[in-house]
Amino acid sequence: MRPAIIELTLVRLREFVREPEAMFWVFGFPLLLALGLGIAFRNRAPESIRIGVLQPAPAALAASLDSSAGLAVERLADDSAGARALRNADVALVVAAANGEVEYRFDPSRPDARAARQLADDAIQRGAGRRDPLAIRETTISERGSRYIDFFIPGLLGLNLMGSGIWSIGFAVVTARKQKLLKRLVATPMSRTQYLMSFLLSRLFFLVLEVGALLGFGVLVFDVPLRGSLWTLAAVCLVAALTFSALGLLVSSRARTVEAVSGLANLVMLPMWIFSGVFFSAANFPQAVQPFVQALPLTATVDALRAVMLRGAPLASVTGELALLLAWLVVPFVVALRVFRWR
Amino acid sequence: MTASAPDGSSALLVRGLRKRYDDVVAVDGLDLDVRPGECFGLLGPNGAGKTTTIEICEGLTEPDAGEVIVLGRTWAESGRDLRERLGIQLQETQLAEKLTVLETLRLFRSFYARGRAVDDVIALVRLEEKRRARVSALSGGQKQRLALGCALVGDPDLVFLDEPTTGLDPQARRQVWDLVEQLKATGRTIVLTTHYMEEAERLCDRVAIVDHGRVMALDTPRRLVAGLGADQIVFFSVAEDAVPRITADALAAIAGAAGATQPARATDGGWELPVTATHEAIPALLAELERRALPLAELRTHLPTLEDVFVSLTGRALRDA
Ligand SMILES: Nc1ncnc2c1ncn2[C@@H]1O[C@H](COP(=O)(O)OP(=O)(O)OP(=O)(O)O)[C@@H](O)[C@H]1O
Ligand SMILES: [Mg+2]
Repeated sequence: MRPAIIELTLVRLREFVREPEAMFWVFGFPLLLALGLGIAFRNRAPESIRIGVLQPAPAALAASLDSSAGLAVERLADDSAGARALRNADVALVVAAANGEVEYRFDPSRPDARAARQLADDAIQRGAGRRDPLAIRETTISERGSRYIDFFIPGLLGLNLMGSGIWSIGFAVVTARKQKLLKRLVATPMSRTQYLMSFLLSRLFFLVLEVGALLGFGVLVFDVPLRGSLWTLAAVCLVAALTFSALGLLVSSRARTVEAVSGLANLVMLPMWIFSGVFFSAANFPQAVQPFVQALPLTATVDALRAVMLRGAPLASVTGELALLLAWLVVPFVVALRVFRWR
Repeated sequence: MTASAPDGSSALLVRGLRKRYDDVVAVDGLDLDVRPGECFGLLGPNGAGKTTTIEICEGLTEPDAGEVIVLGRTWAESGRDLRERLGIQLQETQLAEKLTVLETLRLFRSFYARGRAVDDVIALVRLEEKRRARVSALSGGQKQRLALGCALVGDPDLVFLDEPTTGLDPQARRQVWDLVEQLKATGRTIVLTTHYMEEAERLCDRVAIVDHGRVMALDTPRRLVAGLGADQIVFFSVAEDAVPRITADALAAIAGAAGATQPARATDGGWELPVTATHEAIPALLAELERRALPLAELRTHLPTLEDVFVSLTGRALRDA
């Protein structure tokens, strides 16, 4: 006879592997997402920016623009065609030339429009005879660790730890509650703490598979660097997985229906999707919201993962993130245990 | 293995139990005294308060008032120990669909410090052939037997079964009855709820008839039936066009003529009369109908059952209450 905590954990594992859909969302979906985004952003050849030139335009001006490496130039028939192209974002900039004067039409809040203006102006002025006073030399780099995919894989890893922890536990708990299975279980001498612990333990097992799959994929297919020690990385993943499992338990501690738990889970996860710097750096958010952003468990997870993977940070330098995650682990677990609805 | 409270008197003692939900009084001052080793039945219609009562006894629901002593102890003082000694089957639990029979029983077994071997329980509930089948692949009767297995795997002294056969076909029901009888034979105390009077009559040593959260009567099935004072229940109906002429007065006269021990009661398009001397009652009944020119359509008799006891106590039938 095995101890109850082992039996309970085995139940979690069996229920999961016997649910093909769940397997897809945990393993298949993140891999597809990584593949898609990885291909979209792979070796981003410096892409030309599309601009438009209103006709008629002086031949010399058009030729200068055509020969500029960073620009793809389109001829536009008249003002209204130009306005339409701008509005649809077909072009970042429209150049109109008349009576020896050049006019740039663009939206200065778009970074590519500002770049296009700069490139177009350079090409036109040089074509018209401008000489630059200083000699320049360009050195271009494409280093592993600075590409978007390198930035994105640790973010995706964190996102996956959060999503599978909260979803898998939320659904399992609410289903058991709806079926009155929870009520039946507490009618036995089963320890309630062990029941909740079994969710955390089962996550550890899947953690190895999930992280292994995503990381292996990133390293093998996109050559994403893994500069820190695997042990440090494992420690971060472990703590993060437990943390999100505890949040999953808290989210599902009272809900009676799948709809209710879905809503709550989305409410908890959405801010982290947006603010935690998975898809772009969290530093982009204004200073005023930074305390909030930095307090989110996913921010801590993603920061720690990037530090370890991309910069080779040792365990000692991610203790701040780990401490925050531990707080997010202990408090929700204790609260969940207290408020949990068993019937 | 016989369960007995320290004082040797009650396996379950309930005094003045009350529970209300918002505007519904589910249990309204209920008393029970279940002796060790007996099979005790709570018989009552839907909404009578059987589940509420049994779940309070199981320590799953807090009563508003009243006292519950299980195996000589209270839930507040020895909840944890009591859990080890009770076997519970709830009315509406669905076990985990994706687990097999064996896995489910192993899980429940792991919660108890002492208990029976899982294989013995599988044999007891006759699921040997389904050992490795998923719960989702079991029939209703098999699921119910598995739920019973889960209740028995901790080798309990006191077993609570809430409607163990509701929704089962007659064959599956008989299999569950056999199991309960086997359990009785080993001296376990059993408390079960049901709204089938055959079930209560067949399985229970004593029955409490419950309605509106109160015990209406409590005795052995035999004595409850004997308490009706009737040897037979006579059912009669008349031709459809004559029905309007059966007024309250007419009915009272007919019952009086037949020497009924209780007023007549309408049921199934006719009326029922509990009578003592059937051989005198039937001719008298027919003569009275004749005298009133009421053409008889149907006449039947049956031995009184707990159903009739319930009817006489509440004026309603169990099945349509
Ligand atoms: N959780 C609850 N909330 C509100 N009302 C409830 C609740 N549980 C039971 N009741 C009400 O209390 C009354 C007794 O219900 P209970 O389930 O004890 O009846 P029962 O005898 O077991 O009926 P059944 O034969 O249908 O199982 C019913 O009127 C029911 O509607
Ligand atoms: Mg009930």
